[in-house]
Amino acid sequence: MEAFRTHAGVAVPIDIPNCDTDQIVPARFLRHGRSEEGYARFLFHDLRFHEDGSEKEDFIFNDARYKGSSVLVADINWGCGSSRENATYVLVANGIRAVIAPSFGDIHYNNCTKHGILPVCLSEEDCRTLRRQLRESPGAEIALCLDTQTVTGPDQQNYSFEIDPFDKHRLLNGVDEIGLTLGHDDDISKFEKAHRNAHSWLG
Amino acid sequence: MAPKTLFEKIWNRHVVTERHGQELLYIDRHLCHDGSFTAFDRLRERGLRVRRPDQTFMTPDHYTPTHSASLDDVPDPRAKELAEAVRVNAQEFGVTAFPWGDRRQGIAHVVGPEQGITLPGLTMVCGDSHTSTHGALGCIAFGIGSSEVSHVLATQCLWQKRPRTMRITIDGTLGFGVTAKDVILAIIRKISAFGGTGYAIEYAGSAIRGMSMEGRLTICNMTIEAGSRFGMVAPDEKTFAYIDDRPFAPKNEKWDAALAYWKTLPSDDDAAFDEEVALDAGDIAPMVTWGNSPHDAIEITERLPDPETESNAERRAAMVSAYDYMDLKPGMAASDIKPDRVFIGACTNARIEDLRSAAAVARGRKAVIPAMVVPGSGLVKAQAEAEGLDKVFTDAGFEWRLAGCSMCVGMNGDMLKPGERSASTSNRNFRGRQGPGSRTHLVSPAMAAAAAVTGAFTDVRKLMEEA
Repeated sequence: MEAFRTHAGVAVPIDIPNCDTDQIVPARFLRHGRSEEGYARFLFHDLRFHEDGSEKEDFIFNDARYKGSSVLVADINWGCGSSRENATYVLVANGIRAVIAPSFGDIHYNNCTKHGILPVCLSEEDCRTLRRQLRESPGAEIALCLDTQTVTGPDQQNYSFEIDPFDKHRLLNGVDEIGLTLGHDDDISKFEKAHRNAHSWLG
Repeated sequence: MAPKTLFEKIWNRHVVTERHGQELLYIDRHLCHDGSFTAFDRLRERGLRVRRPDQTFMTPDHYTPTHSASLDDVPDPRAKELAEAVRVNAQEFGVTAFPWGDRRQGIAHVVGPEQGITLPGLTMVCGDSHTSTHGALGCIAFGIGSSEVSHVLATQCLWQKRPRTMRITIDGTLGFGVTAKDVILAIIRKISAFGGTGYAIEYAGSAIRGMSMEGRLTICNMTIEAGSRFGMVAPDEKTFAYIDDRPFAPKNEKWDAALAYWKTLPSDDDAAFDEEVALDAGDIAPMVTWGNSPHDAIEITERLPDPETESNAERRAAMVSAYDYMDLKPGMAASDIKPDRVFIGACTNARIEDLRSAAAVARGRKAVIPAMVVPGSGLVKAQAEAEGLDKVFTDAGFEWRLAGCSMCVGMNGDMLKPGERSASTSNRNFRGRQGPGSRTHLVSPAMAAAAAVTGAFTDVRKLMEEA
């Protein structure tokens, strides 16, 4: 996994409360492999494109002034709904490194941390402020530092955020989680044996 | 000993070790489906094996066609590949599968409880958000992403941050014509689509105790629509009777040992929850959703809400946008909405009791719009046929299909056309969920059948009184 230490980049506001993972990537694209050409187009596909494949002009992600965005500032309950990890793959395919939102769907939040994407929870008010600033100054940048747990807005205002120490450790060091857990193989075997003894009915 | 909740009792018994504040949780059973292929590919790339193939089960559901059990009838080559991948992965990694053509095949969240794979006291995962369903039997069951699926396959464990606990108590008696689906929609309306985020929810109270296992499964299923990964109900005599003699359930002395343990699981009387919510069962009416979040639920007798009464600006804008997408107007009566198509099925409402409830409304009537019934598993289908429900449906002009996720998510080609409106017993009314441009209204099986025979959302209680 790509590590996350610091990042600064153009940020785009996504003003959609409860933006579910079906909006992030519609189900009919889940069958496609990540390495396929054009995979990046699946992000926000039905919000972004007309049926004929032309761009919807009023969707902010299509606005050239936000081109190359690598940070999303979203609204409440970002990534709720389906567990599809493809919603994370399409973010990666578009170069998104961080999502800032007042709250996240729990499964999508975890999925982000497996792919070097930093999910940041800020208050509803702070997210609203950031989204307003980004609408007012298209192309403005947001900076993030995971070590100090700080977001710096376009006006240089700093916001601090909380993150679970385990997630922070994994993101900072790009830890391969399966590798990490296989290192606990003895603990798991010991546990498994005692667990099976205590619960013979588990079969 | 300090009093504990059902959740804490099970969780505490599954902690292998701790690191940086997260716990390595041992997973007893793992369900996979036809969308799990990426996780197996990842294992293959790394040369890893499945740690406990004997505790890993697989059934194709998302991509499964419901019009034919033969691969020859599937025009889509990718769908064939994915069906074949279930067989190949099961063989290569040694896991138990219920592939196409096996009468046990069906939706993972129907098959797990039906086969006795889901049991009280277990930790269970599946790469699907509706894994919360299984908690209805008194276990910790939660949906995970594909990387986590690979992790569980390889290690039988997951790193987890312990969630907070919430108890939702529903006391009283449900009114005539009110079902578990209406209860969970009323709950989500009350606590919102993110009210449960970060929590494990236990459902309690006399209305839950009085509910069938099917009803409890429906409630736990849609817990994720309130933001919580975990829905649970304490196991009781009803749970034990449901499990007894199912194929993968413990037998003989093992059954006795299991039963003794399961009886210790319910939350202690004085156990503390981080959050408490209460609803009166008698206040709940048949529900229908109007917008693009399960939170947008109203009683069938209500009018659609006015965005002007919403004080939060983003929420107000979202409501206006939902009205535009759904082609509806604030203030119109729910009963004035006319669906184009009816879908009865999905992991929410495709069990035998759901089909009985829809058939009771369809019996002796005729569908005036296209309607399809998709049983949750081959065994539910067989049971329904043994009871003659298929005949009730087909006589009423409903299509009778094979088991799968079908039009809940549209991945197998069962979709609405752009702009079409459904009455659906599924769990999500998100934009495009049932196909690009689709408009979904969530209802109970009885309400869906009522919509099919009247062509509009109709208070099913009126039809039930007529019968």
